[in-house]
Amino acid sequence: MHLAYPAVLAALLFSTGLYGVLARRNAILVLMSVELMLNAVNLNLVAFDVWLREELHTGQALALFTIAIAAAEIGIGLAIVLLVYRTRGTSDIDRLRDLREGAPDADGDDGPGSRPGDTAAVTSTTDSGRQTA
Amino acid sequence: MNLAAAGAHPGFLSPTGVEIVFVLVGLATLGAALVTVTTKQLVHAALWLVAALGGVAVEYLLLTAEFIAWVQVLIYVGSVVVLLLFGLMLTKAPIGPSPDADSGNRWIALGVAVVSAATLVTLVVDAFRTTWIDLSTSPKGSTRVTGEALFRGWVLPFEALSVLLLAALVGAIVLSRRGAPETDEAEPETKQEGQR
Repeated sequence: MHLAYPAVLAALLFSTGLYGVLARRNAILVLMSVELMLNAVNLNLVAFDVWLREELHTGQALALFTIAIAAAEIGIGLAIVLLVYRTRGTSDIDRLRDLREGAPDADGDDGPGSRPGDTAAVTSTTDSGRQTA
Repeated sequence: MNLAAAGAHPGFLSPTGVEIVFVLVGLATLGAALVTVTTKQLVHAALWLVAALGGVAVEYLLLTAEFIAWVQVLIYVGSVVVLLLFGLMLTKAPIGPSPDADSGNRWIALGVAVVSAATLVTLVVDAFRTTWIDLSTSPKGSTRVTGEALFRGWVLPFEALSVLLLAALVGAIVLSRRGAPETDEAEPETKQEGQR
């Protein structure tokens, strides 16, 4: 088999995942795109391992390690997304901008505290970066 | 003549059956991935991700990496997608089409992705134009071969990875545990409102 086939497929999958990471708004869809990018890397590892025929099978061992690390990453990532959703009421990464630098205060109104039932909680939590609630 | 030439120096214009199957499955995989990142329905995105990951597993099989193919099916298709579906449901994702699935910088993202794809494909095709994988000899990715390589040369990273998985598991449990009563007293109203 020509080595260019898996390499080109991996490059295209990686670019697809890159588009998804940059263009999606929901955090879970961003995690899905990250999975696509990791799979592209795995495909490259396996293809080059089969090509190089090394004694230790570095490519396949690294692909297995990448799969396990991706499983850990998706678990932690989903836990973080659920925690953010639970405290902020949204999982849109466009609206999680409390830590940005030089935030204009007028723009904070479409921030985390925009839900009507959430104002009491926002005034009590000072770590959300809002100076005035 | 054709077979002898293919054995000595295979070419672009005489594709083998494995190459044809690889390209077809690759097209299906790429299409599923594109639908995954462009669809407006969030649950459909997760289900198309199953198709994309399963296609990658078939590609592993075609590359004679059997063990990794089944690990891919077990872990990605079996557990990661289920976790993603659980995440979608727990964050109350809308079932129907959601028009705000894509953010405002979508065209910039498209430009970045197209430039990246063009650069990578050009580079890769130029670099590996005359390189072939020999798939005809004994399979290099059977369970026996992979297990021997893993437990002879890669034992220490394997064990370190198990510790990492344990830490990630404990971390996920700690993060997603609902009410730790002694750590945060200021939070329970938020949590109740956020949950129900």
